[in-house]
Amino acid sequence: MTMSPTTKPPAESLTLTIDGKDVSCRSGQTILDVARENDIDIPTLCQLDGLTTWGGCRLCLVEIAGSSKLFASCATQCTEGMNITTQSDRLLNYRRMILEMLFSERNHICAVCVSNGHCELQSMAQKLGVTHIHLPYRYPKLTVDSSQDRFRLDHNRCILCSRCVRVCGEIEGAHTKDLKGRGIKTFVINDLDQPWADAKSCTTCGKCVHVCPVGALTERGTAVSEMAKRRAFLPYLTSMREH
Amino acid sequence: MTPEDLHGTVLKQQAKHGNYQHVFNVCMESGCVSCNSAAVVEALEAEVKKRGLQKTVCIKRVGCLCSCAQGPMVALDKGDTLYKAVTAADAPAMLDALDKGGRVEHLDFSSKQPFFSRQLKVVREHAGYFDPEDLDDSIRVGAYEALRKAVTEMTPTEVITEIANSGLRGRGGAGFPTGLKWSTVAKNPSTPKYVVCNGDEGDPGAFMDRSMMEGDPHRLIEGMAIAAYATGANRGFIYVRAEYPLAVKRLTRAINQATRTGLLGSRIFDTKFAFEIELRLGAGAFVCGEETSLLSSIEGQRGLPRPRPPFPANSGLFGKPTLINNVETYANIPTIINKSAAWFSSIGTAKSKGTKIFAISGKVHNTGLIEVPMGIPLRDIIFDIGGGIPGGKKFKAVQTGGPSGGCIPESQLDIPVDYESLMSVGSIMGSGGLIVMDETSNMVDVARFFMEFCMSESCGKCVPCRVGTYHMHEILQRIYDRQGTPQDLALLQELCDMVKNTSLCGLGQTAPNPVLSTLRYFKDEYTNLIHSTPTTEVLP
Amino acid sequence: MLQTQLPKPPSDDKRWRIVEVTMRRQGFDPHSLIEALHAVQQAFGYVDETAMKYVASCLRVPLSKVYGVVTFYHHFTLKPQGKHTCVVCMGTACYIKGNGENIKQLSAKYRIREGQTTPDGELSLVSARCIGACGLAPVSVIDGEVVGKSSADQLIATIERKLAK
Repeated sequence: MTMSPTTKPPAESLTLTIDGKDVSCRSGQTILDVARENDIDIPTLCQLDGLTTWGGCRLCLVEIAGSSKLFASCATQCTEGMNITTQSDRLLNYRRMILEMLFSERNHICAVCVSNGHCELQSMAQKLGVTHIHLPYRYPKLTVDSSQDRFRLDHNRCILCSRCVRVCGEIEGAHTKDLKGRGIKTFVINDLDQPWADAKSCTTCGKCVHVCPVGALTERGTAVSEMAKRRAFLPYLTSMREH
Repeated sequence: MTPEDLHGTVLKQQAKHGNYQHVFNVCMESGCVSCNSAAVVEALEAEVKKRGLQKTVCIKRVGCLCSCAQGPMVALDKGDTLYKAVTAADAPAMLDALDKGGRVEHLDFSSKQPFFSRQLKVVREHAGYFDPEDLDDSIRVGAYEALRKAVTEMTPTEVITEIANSGLRGRGGAGFPTGLKWSTVAKNPSTPKYVVCNGDEGDPGAFMDRSMMEGDPHRLIEGMAIAAYATGANRGFIYVRAEYPLAVKRLTRAINQATRTGLLGSRIFDTKFAFEIELRLGAGAFVCGEETSLLSSIEGQRGLPRPRPPFPANSGLFGKPTLINNVETYANIPTIINKSAAWFSSIGTAKSKGTKIFAISGKVHNTGLIEVPMGIPLRDIIFDIGGGIPGGKKFKAVQTGGPSGGCIPESQLDIPVDYESLMSVGSIMGSGGLIVMDETSNMVDVARFFMEFCMSESCGKCVPCRVGTYHMHEILQRIYDRQGTPQDLALLQELCDMVKNTSLCGLGQTAPNPVLSTLRYFKDEYTNLIHSTPTTEVLP
Repeated sequence: MLQTQLPKPPSDDKRWRIVEVTMRRQGFDPHSLIEALHAVQQAFGYVDETAMKYVASCLRVPLSKVYGVVTFYHHFTLKPQGKHTCVVCMGTACYIKGNGENIKQLSAKYRIREGQTTPDGELSLVSARCIGACGLAPVSVIDGEVVGKSSADQLIATIERKLAK
């Protein structure tokens, strides 16, 4: 399906500056989109092309000249003449601190994790140079749901990015997953907080497993470092729907 | 209802009132109701009946009479005589005093004291002297006159210009110019539009909005209707906390009354303007006071905030342009329309116009509800109006703005109360809670208390607020338990800066404020707990 | 409305009628989930699995979403409350005037933590975020009755009176 010109005005072309580089884009694009088009890397964890914007991980925060506030580049649309800084000492410090917070929140023990080597949290920490965590670890006692035949949900590894919740509701349309509780007591659930195997709405499509950036959602039967995720389906499905 | 009907009701009610020689106004708001003011009303009514005075003495159930700690409060006629802590048994004595022209000594509460005389009642101009459950009585004191004027004599643009010229700023705490917000919604071509009232007064220590909703619900409805007319909305929502059952009851009643008489609905005052209001109940989540969370909650979802921009004025409820204002902001609107922008902007300071209602409580003599002009020094509020600290104790700090605000010490008490001044001392105007603390309060404990609040009220969506408030609370608890180290203090400061700057919504962005302000003014209390021997560090 | 057939209430209990009426008034709009849950909470005193399933099917909202909403808001409880409830206000004014200590003493006296119910189902101890009666601080609400300016001893006396009834 093509958009008829009467429903939407043709996208306006904008020019702006990212990290000193003059770039152009169409109105309606986010800062993150435009940065990526121009090979400028902004770290993200909750954002995934094809899913709605969440804006929760705060790693993609950038500075915009003229404002003392920071903006989540995944959720902020470009405007004409914007002058954006994606890398600064201040931003790097904040990003490191966010990763430290995630590591301290639950039990991330890379050495025994099936996602070791395929984990976005791990690779992000390496990229941003997080060498040690100076926040005290919480070491919460959390459960692992292995009730399901094919997949496993390990709350110890979850970073609450909500990608699984979004892919389940928005792409698969099952909405088996959601979040329960609030604050530090937020958890991913299946149906009425049931063992996954008892959640009747689940189609066992496995999309949640493959969008999970960490080792929280994995395939059963994988050993340490074996759980590589396959995401090719997502852009394919989204483009199928759009056209 | 036509404009003529409104005028007719006013005349009829005034005539009816002219026949009364005396009116007993008995407070029937939550505070006084819990001290059994209902029994006082019944006893007075029975006594009046017994004496056959029904034609000359009126017993009225009214809104807040300000002095909540002295309840049940009763005001005679225009309030020159005030009675405090009245019981049902006092009814005969109060009626006896009428004939003698005197007062009941043991109940007398001077209406001349600064607590009353220093107040300036604009929003609460009639509060306490009419029955909020009675539409006709509300109309008698001027309800819906401003709505009539707006829809029959002014264009929407004129209304917005008037509000913009008045200099009114949002009373929810941040102080965004109201006129600007209205014009953004009005200019958006997308329809339908919504008008939402934020009655999720979650700041502990603040109860102005509860009082407004209980004591003058029609003023709120009128303010919202004017906003709807100005912005082109036809549907409104009032979001109220479920913790305020009386407010819910009175608002429901008021909306029904207004709808039945055609003050809401279609063809309001015989014009093309149509507007209806629905009530939505909160369910115990502080974060829903944040406007985007509130919208999520009205949509029946978890109260999670959304990134801004887009602002609700452009994409709000159900993705449509939405005007969100606080209860007190809407309550200011009828007065501005009635008395003009010029009159309103003559009150207050250069940048903060009008009055502000505060709920003053804590370690202070006079607790209750006060309305004061912007710019009044904090010291006057606490020592004149509040009457100072009881028990011969020393003042230590006043907390404004709830969990998003800060603690202001003695040295800063001479600042005028306005948005910018409060911000400059590390606090915020907030919704209007003022909690006074004396020397017995430990400021680390206060900071810990607020951080515990923010931690358990964090929605969990963004990492800095979800995990940061947890760590800050742990550190504060450790320091309070005398287990803290100087490294803890450094880490606490680092976390404050980070959470403030990186959180998604206002809750996280302001959660560090109570810590930052206590660190700024009471650092010695932290260091005293960290080092076993007290230090004599000079305050910054 | 186009709904082919409305799901049947889980039982003959008349209280389901109230819940159904609430949802009907909102045209079974999925956006009215919180209103429906309020109706359940008010009618039954808690929101259990049966209720969540019923509301979810009437409003055509996913189960996980209903569960997410119920657990997000403090007002909704998954388990029945005790026969008597003591709500201790933990607003700032109440806290600095002694409710922090009061709740500790109540907790010790009845051997339940805040948010819990005694094993015999008689008493629930709940804390609230400011009930807006700061003028009367410290305030507690025992079975809907506001008790202002109260010490732990007074609260215990009131609770004992209620429990004895």
